[in-house]
Amino acid sequence: MEVFCFFSSEKKVFFFEKKKQKTFVRGVLRGHRGFVVTDIFLAALINGILIGGVYALVALGLTLIYGVLHIVNFAHGSLLMVAMFAAWLLAEKVGLSPYAALPVVAAGMFGVGWGLYRFVIGRVSRGEDRAILLATLGVAVVLDNAFLAMFGGDTRQIETDLTFAMWEVGPLLLSVPKVIAFGASLAIAGLLWAFMALTDTGRAIRAVAKEPEGARLMGIRPDRIFALAYGIGIACLGAAACLLLPSFFVSPHVGNVFVLVAFTIVVLGGMGSFPGAVVGGILIGVTESLGGLFLGESLGPIGISLVFIAVLLLRPTGLFGATR
Amino acid sequence: MLEVVDLHAGYGPFAVLHGIALAVAAGEIVAVLGANGAGKTTLNRALSGLIRPTSGRIVFEGRDITAAGHDAIVRAGLIHVPEGRKIFPNLTVRDNLLLGAYLRGRAHRARNLARVLDIFPRLAERLGQLAGSMSGGEQQMLAIGRGLMAEPRLLILDEPSLGLSPLLTEELFTLIARLHGEGLSILLVEQNVVQSLAIAHRAYVVEHGAVALAGAAGALTDDPRLKSAYLGLA
Repeated sequence: MEVFCFFSSEKKVFFFEKKKQKTFVRGVLRGHRGFVVTDIFLAALINGILIGGVYALVALGLTLIYGVLHIVNFAHGSLLMVAMFAAWLLAEKVGLSPYAALPVVAAGMFGVGWGLYRFVIGRVSRGEDRAILLATLGVAVVLDNAFLAMFGGDTRQIETDLTFAMWEVGPLLLSVPKVIAFGASLAIAGLLWAFMALTDTGRAIRAVAKEPEGARLMGIRPDRIFALAYGIGIACLGAAACLLLPSFFVSPHVGNVFVLVAFTIVVLGGMGSFPGAVVGGILIGVTESLGGLFLGESLGPIGISLVFIAVLLLRPTGLFGATR
Repeated sequence: MLEVVDLHAGYGPFAVLHGIALAVAAGEIVAVLGANGAGKTTLNRALSGLIRPTSGRIVFEGRDITAAGHDAIVRAGLIHVPEGRKIFPNLTVRDNLLLGAYLRGRAHRARNLARVLDIFPRLAERLGQLAGSMSGGEQQMLAIGRGLMAEPRLLILDEPSLGLSPLLTEELFTLIARLHGEGLSILLVEQNVVQSLAIAHRAYVVEHGAVALAGAAGALTDDPRLKSAYLGLA
């Protein structure tokens, strides 16, 4: 059963179990009878799905901002980093568990995103897409370096009672923080979907995304909607940060780990598409996990690029992208 | 009800309106006619607060709305159904109509929705369909229906017959007459001279950003100056 631990908390036991993995992979490839072929594959698959849920949540914020403001938010990774530091500080200094801190951090990050758009990005851009793009890039540079100056480049981690907790489900051992992260991510994605589909504000956000002038004639103010959408997108990062913290490290560079993956997911799923972000997130999570299983740690990420290229070759607008 | 005095407006350095004056009384249909590029759409954009006039005055129900924001103008009940419809293509017909009552008419939203669907049975059949997938005529119905959801005091219709077949155009003018019959004041901005004059009480002919000709619709129909002003035959 040890071997499944290795797939669940890869950072700690990875190198220790490296050799074992190679033997297993050989076993899987040959269909060797001495190994439980389906179990190890299943473990990697489920692990990929679980981490994919959090990827989806990060990508959801990015795709919402793209869908409404039509800009790629270059500050996304940096703001995830800020949220993770906020959750880490609350855990270390106040003793608040990341799960209890989730509503606080999400609400705080909504405020940060809203204010950032209202007073910085919206102001400097004066409605020009190019300028918004550069403004988000500028915010990223400032945030990254400010946090590097304040906290140094070390990685930090918290340990809660849950960090190494496992659930035994049939032949599998599942990491509890990852199961919680997956479930909560999907729940938040569902809530966000319901908000967009069923409330007037959600309808107004979707209306402004495609037809801002028509929206103004209904009395909807696009500038307010933009700030709101940006705030909601960043609030998703606040939630993701709290869900990641029990099983992930924090450093001023941590955003980079996720932002490239999130960009990939958004383009792969279809720019601006909610279902695209969720399905794309899980697809990339699984690809990463299985790539690691079959190709090893260094060659594994190539799988993401292969899936990405294949999807774009077959569907240039992404899985759920609107065909124009 | 609506009074426009010496209105000047344009885009940046390009002045389009050079002192327009017009008025709409409660219960009237007033037509604004003019060729392409005469400034009709700019006039509408200034009336609904999408662009700020450079000088002049717009008074709506006794209130100066010249410098008011587009949301305040909607709240006051001056509702603009724009040229090109500008419906929300990515939303369902139902969501489009509901957003019509985003600021105004929210209290009676369900009742107004039923009324709009009664006026446009076609929309009732397509409530769950994405608005962008409908035909041009259906989209025009939706744009008007969305405007009605805001319980307009005065409805501005900008080129509603543009791109519609003669049959649909006929239907549209019947509808405008019906809405007026139910007590709505309408400012109808059109290129379709004959049909507009047939249902309007009064009309203004706009040329080069100023009113070239104004009067009762019946008198204008027979005025030889209409043809010359409209066709630019000096």
